[in-house]
Amino acid sequence: MSVKLLLEKAHVEGIRSYDVYRREGGYRAVEKALKTMSPEAIVEEVKKSGLRGRGGAGFPTGMKWSFIAKPEGVPRHLVCNADESEPGTFKDRYLMEFLPHLLIEGLIISSFALGSNATYIYIRGEYAWIPDILEHAIREAKANGWLGKNILGTGFDLEIYVQRGAGAYICGEETALIESLEGKRGNPRIKPPFPAVKGVWDRPTVVNNVESLAAVVPIINIGAEEYAKIGVGRSTGTKLISACGNINKPGVYEIDMTISVEEFIYSDEYCGGIKNGKRLKACIPGGSSVPILPANLLLKTAKGETRYMNYESLSDGGFATGSMMGSGGFIVLDEDQCVVKNTYTLARFYRHESCGQCSPCREGTGWMEKILKKIDSGKGAMSDIDLLWDIQRKIEGNTICPLGDAAAWPVAAAIRHFRDEFEWHVKNPEECLVRNYGLAGYAEPRPIPA
Amino acid sequence: MAEEKKLFKVTIDNITVEVEPGTTILNAARLVGGEVAPPAMCYYSKLKGSGGKCRTCLVEVAAGSTADPRPMPKLVASCRTTVMDGMIVKNITSERVQDARAGIVEFLLLNHPLDCPICDQAGECHLQELSYEHGKEGTRYEFGKRTFKKHDLGPYIQLHMTRCILCYRCVFVADQLTNKRVHGVLDRGDHAEIATYIEKALDNDFIGNVIDVCPVGALTDKTFRFKNRVWFTKPMDAHRDCPTCCGEVQLWMRGDEVFRVTARKDEWGEIKDASDGKTGWICNECRFEKKDAKDWIIDGPTHVSRHSVISANHYEKVIQPQETLPEVMGGRNPKLLMDIHSISEVNRPDIHLSEIEGPAHSDDFNEP
Repeated sequence: MSVKLLLEKAHVEGIRSYDVYRREGGYRAVEKALKTMSPEAIVEEVKKSGLRGRGGAGFPTGMKWSFIAKPEGVPRHLVCNADESEPGTFKDRYLMEFLPHLLIEGLIISSFALGSNATYIYIRGEYAWIPDILEHAIREAKANGWLGKNILGTGFDLEIYVQRGAGAYICGEETALIESLEGKRGNPRIKPPFPAVKGVWDRPTVVNNVESLAAVVPIINIGAEEYAKIGVGRSTGTKLISACGNINKPGVYEIDMTISVEEFIYSDEYCGGIKNGKRLKACIPGGSSVPILPANLLLKTAKGETRYMNYESLSDGGFATGSMMGSGGFIVLDEDQCVVKNTYTLARFYRHESCGQCSPCREGTGWMEKILKKIDSGKGAMSDIDLLWDIQRKIEGNTICPLGDAAAWPVAAAIRHFRDEFEWHVKNPEECLVRNYGLAGYAEPRPIPA
Repeated sequence: MAEEKKLFKVTIDNITVEVEPGTTILNAARLVGGEVAPPAMCYYSKLKGSGGKCRTCLVEVAAGSTADPRPMPKLVASCRTTVMDGMIVKNITSERVQDARAGIVEFLLLNHPLDCPICDQAGECHLQELSYEHGKEGTRYEFGKRTFKKHDLGPYIQLHMTRCILCYRCVFVADQLTNKRVHGVLDRGDHAEIATYIEKALDNDFIGNVIDVCPVGALTDKTFRFKNRVWFTKPMDAHRDCPTCCGEVQLWMRGDEVFRVTARKDEWGEIKDASDGKTGWICNECRFEKKDAKDWIIDGPTHVSRHSVISANHYEKVIQPQETLPEVMGGRNPKLLMDIHSISEVNRPDIHLSEIEGPAHSDDFNEP
């Protein structure tokens, strides 16, 4: 039994077009919001719904909206962050590609709530075909009177613009995104001032993830109370999870955050178990930057409780024995995979994507990559493992933006949970060139709870 | 009616100062001076928007303000964080800060060539000072350092990108002093570099100031390159009637020869305000063309401070940095590890050196 709010209509044929979307009950939420609700009431509604930002940090969306400064005579802006570049995350792509009108509907309501008359969708450059889909949908919406001047006779004007990025992970960080949107080099700004006070062109700005903005539609449709009933605790509503890796059914799934991680991996409704009947070794539950968890800590928390797919349960135990919900990029590794190689690949990514503005991230990511490459290719020493630990410790928390943390956490978690694999690489310099740890370490599999 | 401004009380390393609201922690700490002031590689008080990038000035905020005394969870960049009333900041008294700073210095030196013996900046290099104060003696980096080709930025300026620490100061100078910036940061991450997009000369009248703001030897004066070492030359304050700029400069002389002309700098290595109250940026003509003592009216020797290797003790009125350690340590003075005078067999402890007039001589100790 699963609740579907966002992807409910995803499989209706032709849902991408306006006519079908409207026939299926689309734009009802806009009508309800603009005609019967005040902007403050919408913000209040979103606050009550308990919706948390779906981009990774999980900050309550309604709270973020209420922080926006409202100086007299200064325009405000809403920016939709569609720069989904986290390795392992592809939920926003699915949403924009198949349900573009859902996003636009969410954008209209959110813009109305925030008082933004010019709203931007900043989309990553690699999604080359999606801007066309979005722009087509915007044209359709405009032709039918949902955008433009005086929408539904309420006197509210709104234009939505699609801005293509040039392919930089860092532009998913909200202040770097704003810089890039302004046509500058995508360097994160130093906060404060926060975007809610000084964002795009120094105007108050809210930057939200695609999924967060789309989730506003069901909140308005079914009401905040109903929405808050779905899910558990402070993880309300539904969450899109993009599952990939060694599983039978990779793809985007909508879950209601009450199911356990075990169910998500093994049930046929979701991932359908590990491919080729292998054993589960580890999992990165929320996109590449969150800590990796070994199977025994993934299915059960350190206290022995079942781990569920929600914000609180996944982060139970802190970084020592837990991880994070993150952006919902669920990467599963089976027993044949090598954590060292995996970590090296991630480190290479972060080194390539660091903006180079602040020294710990610029120099540290490159250094970590070089050491990991050295260990991976059998030239490492035991001291390198401790050195890696020390480097990540010096990067974390000392950078301008969270990219430094995102680069440090995977390395820290890999060493914390899989130190034996790093040591195996050091002790078996020749074997690790032909086989990775996963294939060589068959004899002694990690204990997996029954 | 000039209303009395409310001053904020901020405690940095147990020393309390009162500053105006809006002051950054770094500037408040500079008021205290001495060891308490955090080092800054990218912040430049005269350049709007600079700072926050190098992370050497990280400090720990133990209490946010009187109203909200919670500590800040992360170390903050003191150059970009403004003080609150009742804020308690820990700089040299915080182990966390010292540890993080040692890490930052290590990161900054990873790809730095350490070619100080042939670098024109040596002796007045901020990175050199930073590594003396906070660096370790060895390196844990065992890979090849990144290198770049030398770039020629016109007849006056040489860019040696390999030494650059990407502080962005020169970019801000070009933005704020010239009407069109032709150089900037290309690429990203550890392969980012300062460059002109197409080999282009920097030819604005004021672009020579990028040399003064560069904390390392990445941007050097071609008219001075390899001519002399800064510690052999003596700084003299001088001025001339310049139609373009304030004309107040420092001449770096050896004998009668002027080797180099720079703007006047304060104790933090930043360009001083000129007598008209504006920042004393100087023009290219003063900097590169007027290399004859006859072009200048010499005001006298510069009062050098803080930067010790340059003519230390050569001049009168040397401004000594404030001695802050006893205050930081709550009235105690740092304990000497060993008082050589008291345990030496040669020196007789009963003879007080301070009571000897003039330089001590062996005769002074041989007296019965």
